[in-house]
Amino acid sequence: MHTKTFVAAAVGLGLITLSACGSSSGSEGSGNSKSVTLVSHDSWAVSKSVLADFEKKSGYKVNVLKDGDAGQAVNKAILTKDNPQGDVFFGVDNTLLSRALDNGLFQSYEAKGSDLILPEYRVDQAKHRVTPIDSGDICVNYDKAYFSKHKLTPPASFDDLVKPEYKNLLVTENAATSSPGLGFLLGSAAKYGDAGWQGYWEKLKANGVKVVDGWEQAYNEEFSGSAGGKKAKADRPLVVSYASSPPAEVIYGDPKPKTAPTGVSYGTCFRQVEYAGLLSNAKNSKGGKALLDFLVTKEFQDDMPLNMFVYPVREGAQVPPEFVKYGPQAKDPETMAPAKIADNRDQWVKSWTSLVLK
Amino acid sequence: MLLSLEDATVRFGGRAVLDTVGLDVAEHEIVCVLGPSGSGKSTLLRAVAGLQPLDAGRVLLDGRDQAGVPAHKRGVGLMFQDHQLFPQRDVGGNVAFGLRMHGASRPQQEQCVRELLDLVGLPGAARRAVAALSGGEQQRVALARALAPRPRLLMLDEPLGQLDRSLRERLVVELRELFGRLGTTVLAVTHDQGEAFALADRVVVMRDGRIAQSGTPLEVWQRPADEFVARFLGFDNVVEGTVAGQAADTPWGKLPVPEDAAQGTHTLLVRPAGVRLVPADEGLRCTVAARTFKGTHVAVQLQPQEAPRLEAACALREAPEVGDEVGVEFDAAETVVLD
Amino acid sequence: MVVPVAFFALFFAWPVAAIVARGLKVDGAWQFGRIADVVAQSDIRHVLWFTTWQALASTALTLLIALPGAYVFARLDFPGKQVLRAVVTVPFVLPTVVVGTAFLALVGRGGLLDELWGVRLDTTVWAILLAHVFFNYAVVVRTVGGLWGQLDPGQEEAARMLGASRWAAWRKVTLPALAPAVAAAALMVFLFTFTSFGVVQILGGPTFATLEVEIYRQTSEIFDLSTAAVLTIVQFVAVGAILAVHARTVRRRETALRLVDASVTARRPRGAREWGLLAGVLATVLVLLVLPLAVLVQRSLDAPGFGYYRALTRDDGGTFLVPPIEAIGNSLQYAVAATAIAVVIGGLAAAALTRRDAGRLVRGFDALLMLPLGVSAVTVGFGFLIALDEPPLDLRSSWILVPLAQALVGVPFVVRTMLPVLRAVDGRLRESAAVLGASPWRVWREVDLPMVRRALLVAAGFAFAVSLGEFGATVFIARPDNPTLPVAVARLLGRPGALNYGQAMALSTILMVVCAVALLVLERLRTDRTGEF
Repeated sequence: MHTKTFVAAAVGLGLITLSACGSSSGSEGSGNSKSVTLVSHDSWAVSKSVLADFEKKSGYKVNVLKDGDAGQAVNKAILTKDNPQGDVFFGVDNTLLSRALDNGLFQSYEAKGSDLILPEYRVDQAKHRVTPIDSGDICVNYDKAYFSKHKLTPPASFDDLVKPEYKNLLVTENAATSSPGLGFLLGSAAKYGDAGWQGYWEKLKANGVKVVDGWEQAYNEEFSGSAGGKKAKADRPLVVSYASSPPAEVIYGDPKPKTAPTGVSYGTCFRQVEYAGLLSNAKNSKGGKALLDFLVTKEFQDDMPLNMFVYPVREGAQVPPEFVKYGPQAKDPETMAPAKIADNRDQWVKSWTSLVLK
Repeated sequence: MLLSLEDATVRFGGRAVLDTVGLDVAEHEIVCVLGPSGSGKSTLLRAVAGLQPLDAGRVLLDGRDQAGVPAHKRGVGLMFQDHQLFPQRDVGGNVAFGLRMHGASRPQQEQCVRELLDLVGLPGAARRAVAALSGGEQQRVALARALAPRPRLLMLDEPLGQLDRSLRERLVVELRELFGRLGTTVLAVTHDQGEAFALADRVVVMRDGRIAQSGTPLEVWQRPADEFVARFLGFDNVVEGTVAGQAADTPWGKLPVPEDAAQGTHTLLVRPAGVRLVPADEGLRCTVAARTFKGTHVAVQLQPQEAPRLEAACALREAPEVGDEVGVEFDAAETVVLD
Repeated sequence: MVVPVAFFALFFAWPVAAIVARGLKVDGAWQFGRIADVVAQSDIRHVLWFTTWQALASTALTLLIALPGAYVFARLDFPGKQVLRAVVTVPFVLPTVVVGTAFLALVGRGGLLDELWGVRLDTTVWAILLAHVFFNYAVVVRTVGGLWGQLDPGQEEAARMLGASRWAAWRKVTLPALAPAVAAAALMVFLFTFTSFGVVQILGGPTFATLEVEIYRQTSEIFDLSTAAVLTIVQFVAVGAILAVHARTVRRRETALRLVDASVTARRPRGAREWGLLAGVLATVLVLLVLPLAVLVQRSLDAPGFGYYRALTRDDGGTFLVPPIEAIGNSLQYAVAATAIAVVIGGLAAAALTRRDAGRLVRGFDALLMLPLGVSAVTVGFGFLIALDEPPLDLRSSWILVPLAQALVGVPFVVRTMLPVLRAVDGRLRESAAVLGASPWRVWREVDLPMVRRALLVAAGFAFAVSLGEFGATVFIARPDNPTLPVAVARLLGRPGALNYGQAMALSTILMVVCAVALLVLERLRTDRTGEF
């Protein structure tokens, strides 16, 4: 009877190994000229049909490698730039762009259709090492029910957040580890300047801002406007999130609400843009270029909002009606040049940490 | 020669547990190694089995040097003192183990198991759980297990140590019969001389890693080689004396010695049977110091005036009381000149 | 022995060395001075101090709470015991994101403690400690309980006959016999809590930082590889010291024990004291372990008619390239592979370590095997990237990398669980088998294996749970888009919307059930033999 179990296990192991060797997703991908590999962070998503369409038209099979959150993915790509894991990298945002470019992560390629990208997103015009693909706004979201119940106007700007009527109502994320947290910090730095943002945060802290580690916790546990927050009896109606969150609450509401239960404080927004690029030393440059072209096609750009909850950058791309109604893009968000972010980021995060967390 | 040990030496730390031991066991012979604890007898068995490597010397089985031959290829059987039955198997599983290792088929195993269990007196016990057996039953199962693969040499480590007296005595007789019938060559190890003498064709007495004496039970009994062996066999009437002619001069007076006794200063032994009690004014005058009932006879400790104690064996009816004064005479036939 | 060493060297030593070297070698020159720089910083020292003491406190607390549990599960028989034992192992499996949610329901705002006593523990260090107990309860119960169930009660009875009181008999007879298993469990719990990452972040909040969190920040966010390398070395040294201490003090005491079958020693509770103990343990398990899990289940059932579960099976064509239910299949596939690898490698290592002629070098490997538990998962994950990038070992995009990384954590479990039992097997039993004609391999199969079969199943259960829960470096490995359950749950939780949240809860519940069922199956496997123990 020992033998039986042993044999069964051995056979099982053998089968699995065989299936591994046989499965296409297990192969190196880029070595085979008929497939192209996209390296991205965990939030990458695209409709099956849209991707299948590309695969059919181009003749390339797309392998996707998900490599952690945005920061991790970029760093890993930099680490392996001499022998990259794939051909195209998607997901470097404006806070990480300088790091990527300075480390020579990408090679020049101007994607077909780049001229259709709205000018406010274009960057690195000289060398075209990266192509903008999507954008999002990091803004404070508010819980409508709370504010109507307390007959309070929701805050609309950075200045509002430090007012006494909004004391102990805001929850934000750790700028050291969270993308929205960092975005909010950078937004305040853009607004109040290099010297002024610390004073702002002191006031915020005095006004009872709560800092938690990540977006999941902030949104699902601490924010009273989310489904999870309601179950956890959350008591903070203001959270640093994305402008695309209220539309998501409508689309994924259960039961589907007539109007968005949350809103966006447009005066607190920071613009985040995501880029993609052809990796230096990519094994399949041709396929990578085709993939990059695909990422700016109308088909893909139309498909993006409902998959990744971001806004397209291409002129004429369609945005779902919920987005337009409940979470349109900010008209005048705070922005900061990637180079400036790269220069100051570490130092600011450090100051922020000792200011707010200690 | 089935088994030959040549200058076998095993050292633990600085101490030689087996010290240039030479031993021969012929086919069909039953040899018992007798010795106190620490004399190296268990190590001897382990060395022959291949569980203990030798530091010097050789082990030869059927004339072939066993150096480098691992335990599972030596074709010897070993039965531990505490049986070491496999707890996860039933009696049949235990007995069949060796057969399985040698590739016997299922029907062969079953038949062999049945035969052996019958042989050791546990017919039909194959399905029983090991934990449910009594000590004697476990003993027999261990024996059957060791015999099953028909080893050329069967080694037993204190085979009867854990059993009660009556069982032991019965089992000794059974074992000797069994081995005789099967023609098994046996090397047993024990510290109980009664067991050794009852079981063995030949007895080997060990002390501190060396062999003190080797011979048939009768030889060893009648002529212990030295004081150690004598004392180990239970003889306490040992004394220094000077042999001149047919008598020896000892603290007990003049002791008659056998005809071919060595002359000069030697250690002498008088077996208790050779100490005869006579009226107090004849022979050596002694006081009875103690008496112990031994079942078939009474052992009497006698204290002479200025000499070491003597032990005598008396019949039940004739045994004196403690405090009595008696006389002692010696019988030459029971006197042995040691070393 | 060769196979485990090769495995360890290839998939652990080399990647870690590679990434540390990359960090410390700037422009071709070694920057050893960096080590002094980093260590001198006071906040680094503070982090190290916090990491150590919270790990010690967590370990002590876990032992305190879980040892009675180990006894109850090992020696007492009560209905539903097997199910409950599987249930207490489930927390091990849960992704940290989910645990945060579950645990906050116990200790946070509106949780049980809040309602009963108005006590809120979230953002205090107590939340971290208790969450560690939640995670690691099963480690102690299974490791210690496994050996405890096999100890011969006759030994303790003998002591009591000789005049020792119940407590004295336990202290002088059972405790020394248990010591190796207790030490093994304590070591594992310590290593896990020392490298604790998600729990600290979520339940402690951003004010608490362990070494692991700091390494993560340096590697993943700030991209300061040299500081990360130094911190990894610091962690390595600390863990190495612990392992050395453990090896010194404990392994000496592993002696041959009389082992009996576990089913023989378990009996119904007798007397008020035992019933009281049983009740106490059950209450603890209920509150600390079952309640948080129940909260998840309850939240998953909020939609009428299992709405969230049905939503999982709907393929809305976009959100996931693969429907979430397929994630279950992916998880199981990885788990089976990882368990198989861990059991084979771990089994070989354990066998080699108990051979009589195992030299000092081989025994040193025993401690080495535990290192993957104590070295930063981030480091290992990143290390894979730069070490395993050349054929024939370009495994970076191969699916087998994930089970391999999981096996790295699983192997120590297998070895640690099997070793105390293996070492307790009387050597002469093996000798008997050898003399009866069994080659060394057969001796292992015929003598050791049946005695450790139970421990082997416990170990396999652990390795399985470790894989399902995506421990260690797997979180930091790039993988093809076949999401596993924890990944799918994390993805769902990363989006707003009641439907997403509900589905995340439903998927977490499914994850818990899959794990519990798998563990139960493993438990049942051992009782289907008649006529044998």
